[in-house]
Amino acid sequence: MSLFLIAALPFLGAVFPALLIRAGRNASASAAGLTTFLAFAGLLLHAPAVFSGEVITARFDWLPGLGLNANFFLDGLGFLFATLILGIGLLIILYARFYLSREDPMGQFYTYLLLFQGAMVGIVLSDNILLLLIFWELTSLSSFLLIGYWKHLPEGRQGARMALTITGSGGLAMIGGMLILGHIAGSYDLSVILQNKDLIQASPLYLPALILILIGCFTKSAQFPFHFWLPHAMAAPTPVSAYLHSATMVKAGLFLMARMWPVLAGTPEWFYIVATTGLVTMALGAVIALFKDDLKGLLAFSTVSHLGLITMLLGFGTKLAAVIAVFHIINHATFKAALFMSAGIVDHEAHTRDIKRLGGLRHLMPVTFTIALVAALSMAGIPPFNGFLSKEMMLEETVHTVWAGSHYFVPGLALIAALFSAAYSFRFIVHVFFGPKRDDYPGHPHDPGAGLWLAPAALITLVILIGLFSAKLAGPLVAVAAGAVIGGGELPYYSLKLWHGFTPALYMSIVAVAGGALLLAAHGPVMRAWNAAPRPEAKVIFDAVMEALARLAKGITDGLHNGAITRYGAIMVAFTLALGWYAYESGTTGPATRALQAIEPIPALGWLSLVLATLMIVARHRNRLLALILVGVVGLVVSMSFNYLSAPDLALTQLSVEVVTIVLMLLALNFMPKETPVETPALTRLRDGAIAVVAGIGSGGLIYALMMRDFAAPPISEFHLANSYKGGGGTNVVNVILVDFRGFDTFGEIIVLGIAAMVIYALTEAVLGSRVRAYLLNRKPDLPQAGDAHPMMMVVATRVMMPLALMIAAYIFFRGHNLPGGGFIAGLIAAIAVIMQYMASGFSWTSERQRFYYHGIIGSGVLIAAATGIGAWFNDLPFLTSAFGYLHWPPLNEFEWATAALFDLGVFLAVVGAVLLALESLSRFAWQPGISSEHAMDINPARDDEPKKENEV
Amino acid sequence: MELLVASAVGLLTAAGVYLILRRRTFPVILGLSLVTYAVNVFLFATGRLMVNAPPILNKYAEVAYTDPLPQALVLTAIVISFGMTAVVVMIALAAYLSAQDDRIDMLDDDAAKTGEDA
Repeated sequence: MSLFLIAALPFLGAVFPALLIRAGRNASASAAGLTTFLAFAGLLLHAPAVFSGEVITARFDWLPGLGLNANFFLDGLGFLFATLILGIGLLIILYARFYLSREDPMGQFYTYLLLFQGAMVGIVLSDNILLLLIFWELTSLSSFLLIGYWKHLPEGRQGARMALTITGSGGLAMIGGMLILGHIAGSYDLSVILQNKDLIQASPLYLPALILILIGCFTKSAQFPFHFWLPHAMAAPTPVSAYLHSATMVKAGLFLMARMWPVLAGTPEWFYIVATTGLVTMALGAVIALFKDDLKGLLAFSTVSHLGLITMLLGFGTKLAAVIAVFHIINHATFKAALFMSAGIVDHEAHTRDIKRLGGLRHLMPVTFTIALVAALSMAGIPPFNGFLSKEMMLEETVHTVWAGSHYFVPGLALIAALFSAAYSFRFIVHVFFGPKRDDYPGHPHDPGAGLWLAPAALITLVILIGLFSAKLAGPLVAVAAGAVIGGGELPYYSLKLWHGFTPALYMSIVAVAGGALLLAAHGPVMRAWNAAPRPEAKVIFDAVMEALARLAKGITDGLHNGAITRYGAIMVAFTLALGWYAYESGTTGPATRALQAIEPIPALGWLSLVLATLMIVARHRNRLLALILVGVVGLVVSMSFNYLSAPDLALTQLSVEVVTIVLMLLALNFMPKETPVETPALTRLRDGAIAVVAGIGSGGLIYALMMRDFAAPPISEFHLANSYKGGGGTNVVNVILVDFRGFDTFGEIIVLGIAAMVIYALTEAVLGSRVRAYLLNRKPDLPQAGDAHPMMMVVATRVMMPLALMIAAYIFFRGHNLPGGGFIAGLIAAIAVIMQYMASGFSWTSERQRFYYHGIIGSGVLIAAATGIGAWFNDLPFLTSAFGYLHWPPLNEFEWATAALFDLGVFLAVVGAVLLALESLSRFAWQPGISSEHAMDINPARDDEPKKENEV
Repeated sequence: MELLVASAVGLLTAAGVYLILRRRTFPVILGLSLVTYAVNVFLFATGRLMVNAPPILNKYAEVAYTDPLPQALVLTAIVISFGMTAVVVMIALAAYLSAQDDRIDMLDDDAAKTGEDA
């Protein structure tokens, strides 16, 4: 299966759980499970190749100019992580099906989960760091949705926000780091970057890039001092915690460090930053975990600690440490996910996860007890489970690590961490499952159905099997993954086995386990001492910082945005003018190369009326009706000048748009004051006038300068002129550009128009649904009304004109490809034909005869245009490639057909629908009871009082 | 001819900007319309002015054609600006009907109120 498909499957499948939830929760869960299974199976098909050392690639140039290529590759490391993500994903989907209650929107859950899964798979398969960054941000966003899944819980919302803030800002830092890295290497492709170790480490930008990338990794993988978001993210449902916070998302940072290991590791900077951070995180997390009474809190801090452990190993920079890190990633994922799931089972059945309220559960929940016991012992590092193996190897490695000259610093802290780790693991078992049975559990704890325990049981099977047969089971995977981490070359000698002889690590393990047991025995007093000691509370600090930032942002925003929109407008125009002036001053202008054309008398007359009308608008704009009519005059002159200046299509469009715009504004003005009061001081008007005059001189001067010079480069329209007939099959080049050469623009354009109409409709609905409706219903017109609302002459005239107007629209539409016309203009004319009916015969009369909803007309227009475009795909051509030909039906003349005409039909419908929806929405404001009458005219021309159905269209 | 077009663009821009800087919705909408004319004519004029040379191909004779591309751009711009005007008119109307006030500036107490709601 192509890597594209593996990465895309979860995204594609994410639609189905949300849709199928109507068919039941099993259908929804099965859809999610099937999607994951398909992707997982596709991944496993590559297993033989990966294990033989091949790297599978899938490449697709997306935006090569930016270095952004959709390149994927699958090597050992990617395979390991993809296996974890998809394999544990399957188990989580099963577990979540039985964990979530009936009240939880399960469809949403699986959709979010699949989105997250897709983003994670994308991260681990990306061969382009820009692509990787996109997936990285997607994990932050989708995990935000998952953590905040229980929207009703404030902890959930706060935890989600905190996680997004921390990992999101880390992601920002990482974008910077990755861009620097790509800049140094000269490519954004990982496979190229990974070959340039010397170049990157010698660069002066190495350290900034390293720090920025590490901030990204540390925030994601909850390393000190960013570790605090992880425990707060535990407000998520347990399946989310088990998936995101043990097996996958928090490992994304580790993955990236491992991925970048060949080029970034091995320097002192890397060692001191990464190893120290990991070491501190490991120790700190282990200590805090012991004192958490919340089961998931304990597991969260233990996860922080284990992530620190792996980070530390990667930080050591030795090949052996990298091998151990890979091994521990596998082990941790298995036992920690199982632990989270068993904590979830306890919570689900006992209705609490407070350790102080639990105990004695081993009699009540034997299955859960067994699962938790095995997983916890593995976490504590007890043989023969897998956790023991990697922990032992880790301890051995610390013994050989020198930190700033000290031989004891690293092993010492590691021993403390191991000791506390054993202690909290024991506590998880002893304080929850051992002890006497209690009679005050909030719920009635008992073992759940197999649906809940199957998934963790599968995982602890792995825990045991990997522990016993490590070399056989995990060996090959560790070898290929570690081989990918160290970037080729020989793997160091290591052996995955339980017994290594009497090594320092063994003694350290014994001390840790014994010490852990002792610490647990003394838990009561130690806990009291811990609670008495003062320590910083991360959430309080975080909240304070956030609030300070929000205050700062609000201060700046309020200072700049004081609500005076006129002021913003003035500043914006003045600033634009200043920029223009700067460009004019600093640039050069060549001499004029074109001659002025002579001024004919009629254009001069048009110009004069435009000038007079415009000046009058400014002078008399307080009389709104007059100003509106004068704007109509300006529009007419503009249309005429388009016609005069060889743009017949524009003239037609402008003319018809003019009609609809003026009608629309008149409708609006009907409800608004008819006068604008004088309220700005003379000085302000003078200032505005000055700004306006300068703006006018600027734009007029600019276009004058442009018109007096020839094109700086040959215009691309030469291509359009040359190919319009040959390639597009039409002689009206403007129309061919619209429906063919630039068809995609037009497609976007009709969608925008449709959206605008929908916005207007939605606003109308909102306004008419509010108390404004009462005002409108009781509103008395402020101008005298016509005695005859629907004058007979007008009604008759518009009805006679309706078919004529439609015929002209059809004519304009059909000739559009070769002569001035086309979908836009035809659509406007058809809309005007209908508007005339509204105006003459009234809203009610016209609405009653309306057969098709305007929404549907807009939608069908967009769909027809899209379908035409997609049709090209079936001929292996890009979207919207047009085809045309000629038909000859005797005795008719030969005539042309073109798919572009179908596209133009889409444009036509969208324009008709949008214009009419906008105007119809506005006219609904005028509706008042009693306004509608049986007949449009008070005198019925048919002299028949029965409502007519057929002949009154 | 160029002088007429350039001065018209300048005048329409000036009048439009002046009206946009007024404090009531209706003059602002009118100002936007005037600026729209100015911008459309401006874009159109970047193709340079030609009389009697519409970009309709003549199969029978070699004739000059004006630049069709700015025309195509302006054609869609005209239609889209209708959509824009319609939305703005609608917002202005809805705001006026809801608040019985057509000032565009948010007064200080208004700003404080919405700030608290948000």
